[in-house]
Amino acid sequence: MTPTRKELDDRLGGAARAWLDEALAEAAHAATATHGTTPCAAPPSWALRFASAGRHCGQEHADAVRTLLLHEARADVDTLTRLYHHGTAAERRAVLLALPSLVPGPQALPLVEDALRTNDTRLVAAAVGPYAAAHLAPHPWRHAVLKCLFTAVPIDAVADLPRRAHADAELARMLADYAAERTAAGRPVPADLHRVLALAVPPEES
Amino acid sequence: MRIFDPHIHMTSRTTDDYQAMYDAGVRALVEPSFWLGQPRTSPASFFDYFDALLGWEPFRAAQYGIAHHCTIALNPKEANDPRCAPVLDALPRYLVKDSVVAVGEIGYDSMTPAEDTALAAQLQLAADHGLPALVHTPHRDKLAGLRRTLDVVRESHLPPERVLLDHLNETTVKEATDSGAWLGFSIYPDTKMDEDRMVAILKAYGTERVLVNSAADWGKSDPLKTRKVGDAMLAAGFSDDDVDQVLWRNPVAFYGLSGRLPLDLPTPGALHEGNSILRGGE
Repeated sequence: MTPTRKELDDRLGGAARAWLDEALAEAAHAATATHGTTPCAAPPSWALRFASAGRHCGQEHADAVRTLLLHEARADVDTLTRLYHHGTAAERRAVLLALPSLVPGPQALPLVEDALRTNDTRLVAAAVGPYAAAHLAPHPWRHAVLKCLFTAVPIDAVADLPRRAHADAELARMLADYAAERTAAGRPVPADLHRVLALAVPPEES
Repeated sequence: MRIFDPHIHMTSRTTDDYQAMYDAGVRALVEPSFWLGQPRTSPASFFDYFDALLGWEPFRAAQYGIAHHCTIALNPKEANDPRCAPVLDALPRYLVKDSVVAVGEIGYDSMTPAEDTALAAQLQLAADHGLPALVHTPHRDKLAGLRRTLDVVRESHLPPERVLLDHLNETTVKEATDSGAWLGFSIYPDTKMDEDRMVAILKAYGTERVLVNSAADWGKSDPLKTRKVGDAMLAAGFSDDDVDQVLWRNPVAFYGLSGRLPLDLPTPGALHEGNSILRGGE
């Protein structure tokens, strides 16, 4: 999961920590400032930091740093949507990871749906987190699970899988059909499929 | 032999190419934004293309153990279409991205006033964003185009040692060398340079500041030309260290001027999160 600020500080070098201090201060300032931004306004300084986090803090820490920035700036759905659509794949991933704690309702679902349309497994894996578990409707959620199996995204990436998959007869049918298709082609059935199928088969059928 | 192809348009290439490049020693590359063969008619078309250079294409490259970086710009040919010119206004938001290691390809195609404007504006953008610039020299009227390019560079805030002049040949190498810029050579099956002529230029001018690329794209081109130049250099008596300088250290040094080139690249054999390119399940 996303490390805390303290854990991140312990991992970052001095220059990266100083950079992060400044970036978080700018984000905090943006969160409290009463400014009348317009759609055409230049991006705030913290948003530029959001883009450049990888090269200043290391790509391995970029998800954590970007998520912290989004929290500190109290990014709303409009801001998250803009950052997603203007972002690299790495930036889009950070937005997706931050959704559960920043957006209480389903308003950001279009971003999840956009990510699920890609074949980029970094985005697919981030899209099936707790936000999708809470808000994604049954049909697209089932297709998201199936897409994970198709693209070899580990099924552990799917948040709240036991609850969402429990006794889902339609999901069980889709999984069984997929297993049959693989078998007919002489190809192995992904091991993760059996795990999900065991959850999805309604009790009276199991 | 480790190879950094400093100019290749992977958007137009197949996964077989990625595999063959990896097998030949390519571990990193830069994909400059350029013309796609079919003229674009709106800025939105550029933005989808830039987003692909920052999203999907690096993901594809990673499946084959190749680190992918890019350069972003409005190319000179399409700078002449007023429908596309507004792309210039959107470039700043792309030039801050982590994997953008230069502004490019900029330069001249037909040497028009619109190209003058776009070249000067984008050299300034490079200076403003701490980026070097990849400058395409024109196919037609090349020497005159090089001279006009150098005039614009001299008038800019970007010093020549942060400029890579690309697609050079026997007629332009002398003046390009004297300018203090980095020297790029594109090796093609029929046009531009070939391996043996490249070796002759390296013998005459040395290996310093010289970058060799395949510039492979949607036309007749060969993504393994970098390796073929390395082999030709060795056959001609150059050392392994000379080859490494031209095919690895020089491109790393030039694009490293951006401060955005990760120094830990690449990890041979790495697959992104253990995954491969999948199209509908296989």
